[in-house]
Amino acid sequence: MASLKDATAIAGIGQTPFAKQLLESEKALACRAILSALHDAGIAPSEVDAFASYTMEETDEVEVAKAIGAGDVTFFSKVGYGGGGSCATVGHLAAAVATGQASVGVAWRSRKRGSGPRPWRNTSAQLPTPAQWTRPFGLLRPADEIAMLTRRYLHEYGATRDHLFNVALACRNRANQNPAAMMYERPLTRDMYMTSRWISEPLCLFDNCLETDGALACVVVSAERARDCRHKPVYVHSVAQGLPAQHHGMVNYWNEDPLSGPAWTAARQLWKQSDVTPEDVDVAQIYDAFTSLVPLSLEGYGFCGRGEGGAFTEGGALEIGGRLPLNTSGGGLSEAYVHGFNLINEGVKQLRGTSTAQVPDAATCLVTAGEGVPTSALLLRAP
Amino acid sequence: MADAPAKPDPLLAPAVDDDGAPYWEHAARGELRVQACAACGEPRFPPRPCCPHCASFSAEWRRTSGRGRIWSYVVPHPPLLPAYAARAPYPVILVELTDAPRVRLVGNLVTRAGAAFDSVPRERVRIGARVQAVFAEQGGVVVPQWILERP
Repeated sequence: MASLKDATAIAGIGQTPFAKQLLESEKALACRAILSALHDAGIAPSEVDAFASYTMEETDEVEVAKAIGAGDVTFFSKVGYGGGGSCATVGHLAAAVATGQASVGVAWRSRKRGSGPRPWRNTSAQLPTPAQWTRPFGLLRPADEIAMLTRRYLHEYGATRDHLFNVALACRNRANQNPAAMMYERPLTRDMYMTSRWISEPLCLFDNCLETDGALACVVVSAERARDCRHKPVYVHSVAQGLPAQHHGMVNYWNEDPLSGPAWTAARQLWKQSDVTPEDVDVAQIYDAFTSLVPLSLEGYGFCGRGEGGAFTEGGALEIGGRLPLNTSGGGLSEAYVHGFNLINEGVKQLRGTSTAQVPDAATCLVTAGEGVPTSALLLRAP
Repeated sequence: MADAPAKPDPLLAPAVDDDGAPYWEHAARGELRVQACAACGEPRFPPRPCCPHCASFSAEWRRTSGRGRIWSYVVPHPPLLPAYAARAPYPVILVELTDAPRVRLVGNLVTRAGAAFDSVPRERVRIGARVQAVFAEQGGVVVPQWILERP
């Protein structure tokens, strides 16, 4: 059977500044990030013939293609489930390029979530399942929905708020090394964490991701083409999506084992198609809309056993030099929250050797999309 | 009429769909019923058109005892929608039904039907606590609420 393994590579990455408020429109930010990624790759916009983004992206391919000056586009795709779609945008482009449907793919996400409206405030366009079964009772926001699983996780496995703090701290420490991060000059202490205000108990302010205006993009081409581009290619070694049996996004309360989510499904597929194992991962970019998604993902992707995700974070394991350096740009918690796209670009920077928190000789990077929703993941490798 | 008193913001009513309608009709009669397959007997939640075990489109609404245990809970704090912010912080519980363990219902824990969202002292809200369904109107729909079996 044909395989995507190392058939394509990310040849260019681009991003705008990240801030609580940027003045330009989402469309303008999308164009800036995409043109910056194409420039980084050394590929002309007229060569772009494929696009992939999120269903929640509000600038469509037509607008982007005509603004940047793309040529004839022969593949375009949108992936659902919010931050669960991040890695799948690259996966869809990899599949399109590897099968000859297109030759230069652009994936992007542009979002003004910092200055724009909070989606949960909308009472006229609610998702049907939460609108009927959960929101009327005051479970209104993503933080409330994930806090429900978090409380059970802490109860069932004896994990603690200190474990969640370890995640928040590792992300913040990396952001403190990254001048582009929103939290660059804002160190975090355990005291700040433990005394911060609640958002939805047991999740406090620092368990929640940032609210960011910003955009990012990357360029996917064949591995052969990537070798002629400006930078060292970063191969798409393996890619997977995951929607487990009887799963329900965000409010995954109605199956045998709600604490085993889409990460497990994506992970089985990801590792099955890969030449490497979790022990080979040098650095990981794990989707962190909430701190508690990280221990769940560590379990799901096989870095530790069920219920061991909290303990895994102990002893500086997630810091540079630890067992699994994590979210080295600061992640969604401390760099920017743009539905996880910054995690993809940071994975590329690590394998190019250009991260602001570089893991020495990083050759294999796991990037994950949102746990708790139908998800996706990427294994990136350096040549 | 500029000096008319502001109406209190309403709580959200459940947005009832075709599959869920019987649940709310039974609730209006004070019964907690869950959808089950009429062919193989498997309960399922949320309600849906066909059975994921046997693909039958034939369903029944099985009466439950209305008893369960708190599987998890959260306590939201503002920012929230205005009606909820006015009541915050309040616990929201997830109840695992004794008669159908994979059916976990999100709801509010109260001292009696219709009591305030924060009427139960916080130290009484615990995973594993036994609860019983009671019924109260919310935004024109009768919804289950939950009281502690041993208050």
